[in-house]
Amino acid sequence: MTVELAWELLAEVPDPELPTVSVVDLGIARDVQVRDGRVVVTITPTYSGCPAMQEIEDDVRAALSTRFADVEVQTVLAPPWTTDWITPAGRDKLAATGIAPPGARMLPLLTEGQPAACPHCGAQDLEELAAFGSTACKALWRCLVCREPFDYVKAH
Amino acid sequence: MSEPLLRIADSCLVLTQRLTAWCGHAPALEEDIALANVALDVLGHARALLTRVGELEGAGREEDDLAYLRDAGEFRNQLLVEQPNGDFAHTVVRQFLFDTWSATLWPALTSSTDEVVAGIAGKAAKEAAYHVRHSGGWVIRLGDGTQESHARMLAAVEDLWPYAGEAYLDDAVDVEAAEAGLVPLPSSLAGAARFRLEQVFAEATLPIPPEPYWQRGGRQGQHTEHLTYLLADMQVVHRAHPGATW
Repeated sequence: MTVELAWELLAEVPDPELPTVSVVDLGIARDVQVRDGRVVVTITPTYSGCPAMQEIEDDVRAALSTRFADVEVQTVLAPPWTTDWITPAGRDKLAATGIAPPGARMLPLLTEGQPAACPHCGAQDLEELAAFGSTACKALWRCLVCREPFDYVKAH
Repeated sequence: MSEPLLRIADSCLVLTQRLTAWCGHAPALEEDIALANVALDVLGHARALLTRVGELEGAGREEDDLAYLRDAGEFRNQLLVEQPNGDFAHTVVRQFLFDTWSATLWPALTSSTDEVVAGIAGKAAKEAAYHVRHSGGWVIRLGDGTQESHARMLAAVEDLWPYAGEAYLDDAVDVEAAEAGLVPLPSSLAGAARFRLEQVFAEATLPIPPEPYWQRGGRQGQHTEHLTYLLADMQVVHRAHPGATW
């Protein structure tokens, strides 16, 4: 009944919209406290309107309930989620499934950055097709070398 | 003291309802998805603030009670957001006028003395910055586009301009809340918002109209008739089937 065990269970909880990465990879799971068999997990939404938060909360509770009798899930907004919290392992998993991981975040936030390379062929000659993609956290880009379109997790 | 937050929340909620009407109807697939995504973010802001309003007033109302069980006279949104979608130019101009306001408001609201509100604002500020670049890009593309798109943008600006000032007019409620540090004074946002608007309009080759009498009253509960029809659409299911769940 340790904090480490809770983190291990969380690492197996996939994000509902990006199922190749976990809520830990994405930095959605922020904190774990364990006291007297009771585990309190703190999660944070990526975007304000993220429609997956209820599902994530349910999934986290279900995963932890396999080993903990008493599970509480808290949602916090501050500090605001940033793509800087996506782990290196999470970035590799995204790229491996054809989704370009976020580039460096610019300050002040004048740009959402751009993909470092095409996740399919590795070329760096890229263009943005649409500022908004299949989920709130992504934009749609295209590789000008292999011509394949791909999702890009916007630096945020 | 929750009234100034309700004004912001209602503006977000009513605009969301307008934007969702574009779903499946936008001029291009990419823009259909963009409008829906913007609406999703702005709905997130509305929900978080409405929840906070309910907590502060302490009468046991939750976000759904506030969204679905109030009549038009109890809504505190600015008149701009309840104006009809019109053609795509009208939607773009309305969105850009809203975004110049919200992209200025949220960063200022991160210093709210209410920690929950400051937290909501911290997230919203990043999202609104993205929205205003997107809507500003459309203002430029259509304003500095074809003769047809330019003419339509001129018509949209003419129609919506009288509603562009209300968000920056202070009343006694605003002054009291600003002195308490809950929200910034609306007029304190005008300069930065105007600066962004002038830059984009110049690039779009759109003249900024002279200052009219600013239409006002929405933030005090006096609305155009459009809001009543909008709310009828938005609230009918919840009111016809109280307590229903999916």
